[in-house]
Amino acid sequence: MATVVVKRPKLSLAEKLYLPALLGGLRITLGHAIRILRGRTKVTMQYPEERWDSHMPEHYRGAPALVTDEHGRERCVACQLCEFICPPRAITIKPEEIPSDDPWAKVEKRPRAFDIDMIRCIYCGMCEEVCPEQAIFLRKDYAITGLTRGEMVHDKSKLYQIGGVRKGLVNKWNPLK
Amino acid sequence: MAISRAERPARTRPTGRLTDSLSATSFHTTRHNVHWLPDFDIALLLTSMVKIVGLIFLVIMPMVAYSVYAERRVSAILQDRVGPNRVGIPLTNIRLAGLGQPIADGLKFLLKEDLTPGHVRKLYYWMAPALVLIPALLTCAVLPFGSELNLFGHSVPLVIADLNVGPLFVFAIASLSVYGIVLAGWSSNSKYPFLGGVRASSQMISYEIALGLSIVPVLLLFGELNLVQITREQSQNGWLLLPISFFGDGPVIEWKRLLFVIPAGIAFFVFMVAIFAETNRTPFDLPECETELVAGYHTEYSSMKFALFFLGEYAAMIIGSGLAVTLFFGGWSLPFGIDQWIIGLNDGMIPWWLGLLHMGVFFGKVVFFILFFIWVRWTVPRFRYDQLMKLGWVYMFEIALANIFLAAGILLLFRA
Repeated sequence: MATVVVKRPKLSLAEKLYLPALLGGLRITLGHAIRILRGRTKVTMQYPEERWDSHMPEHYRGAPALVTDEHGRERCVACQLCEFICPPRAITIKPEEIPSDDPWAKVEKRPRAFDIDMIRCIYCGMCEEVCPEQAIFLRKDYAITGLTRGEMVHDKSKLYQIGGVRKGLVNKWNPLK
Repeated sequence: MAISRAERPARTRPTGRLTDSLSATSFHTTRHNVHWLPDFDIALLLTSMVKIVGLIFLVIMPMVAYSVYAERRVSAILQDRVGPNRVGIPLTNIRLAGLGQPIADGLKFLLKEDLTPGHVRKLYYWMAPALVLIPALLTCAVLPFGSELNLFGHSVPLVIADLNVGPLFVFAIASLSVYGIVLAGWSSNSKYPFLGGVRASSQMISYEIALGLSIVPVLLLFGELNLVQITREQSQNGWLLLPISFFGDGPVIEWKRLLFVIPAGIAFFVFMVAIFAETNRTPFDLPECETELVAGYHTEYSSMKFALFFLGEYAAMIIGSGLAVTLFFGGWSLPFGIDQWIIGLNDGMIPWWLGLLHMGVFFGKVVFFILFFIWVRWTVPRFRYDQLMKLGWVYMFEIALANIFLAAGILLLFRA
């Protein structure tokens, strides 16, 4: 077993006295205090008043939401691909047939109920990636709060409210995405 | 029936005489006529009561609460943070920079569950928090927190007890608070509080010696143990550490006082170090050091009992600051003997506004010292225990002792 003998450092008188170090420390903390009092130091964001919203990066993945097209048609055709791909199984879709007297009868299917459990959602964006109709998008909403578990489940109306209208072709390779 | 009727005149007679005499003249002339009343001054009793209640509940307690707030805000400023800035007036959005925080904290402490663990020694466990707080509050009795207040033709000295043994009283009572800490550590019946209690007792006993010896030079110079007289002398001849007085009786700068700044400065240094150690604050907070002993002697305490330890620590800090201010920085007096000039303009009387100003000056100086305590706490790391003991016994004790001889030598040099 190798033994390493560590030599104690030889301290100068100033170091032994401890007082210069003490005064140096006091000077440093006072400097910090003066800098922050003069507004030279960046401090934590004061959250509810100041928000991230304006600094949000383009690629930010927030709450998933459904969108309608420019004609007011809900884009979702209830193919349930997102429900199948969703890793935490947060999405539940109940499909229904579009009645034949409806102007969009040729689309054939639409969701009767579309629930996303925001307690389970991991914001991975796979639903957006898998959707062939470009009906579900991840928006930049991040402050999803609620007092009960029920409140944390976003139903269809809530999802359309977050999503809004999205214009453009239903084209997976559309640059708008 | 017959007995009680016979007794009735005898019982009512003194009361009747008291009311008669009261209506006839003032308190001062009648107090000797009331034969069943002990011979003391009712006016003194009343003003003392007002001073005690006013000082403790209107000054010291709010100061304790707000020094906790100051601790949090100042530490935040020193560490580039924001600190508590939210709590203001409840049910509104008015925030007042978080000044409501101490009230919210106090309410929280009062409303929390007061848990007494099953394994503690109940009597001592309940006694300990009071034993920490009471000595800290008792010592403020001898601190002159103002000169005198002249109201309605009466002159009220702004000190609760004008004792002739001021500093000795403070040290005697303040050292009692170690019993509270030791009892808390022992009665908690648990490892960490026990270690905290042991550390606290040895630390406080060690530094009490340096504390006592450090003020001997001050007492040598003034030849006085009465804090009121010490302050009055500094008001006339300049503060101990700023001995310049333009309006006093003597010369502007007295050589003896100027040279005495050296031992007084050393005494002040030793005194401050000892006060830091006595109040268990960083760098001497080994009794409750969070990183080693969880929370030290108050680990097992919760709710208001924990708050009492907290209050005691901060009250001791305020009293320590008050003593340092009184001994070294002229207590309530303004610098350069300005008091004497104002008093001279007012025919030797202290006008009521000057009395109030003196109170403001005293508490302003105390606040400055509290800020200094906080500043040091958030700058200096904690000592190791052997370093603490070595500092106390080998350095501070010797420095204080040598300082006494230095001071005595200077006084001998300038002997009239």
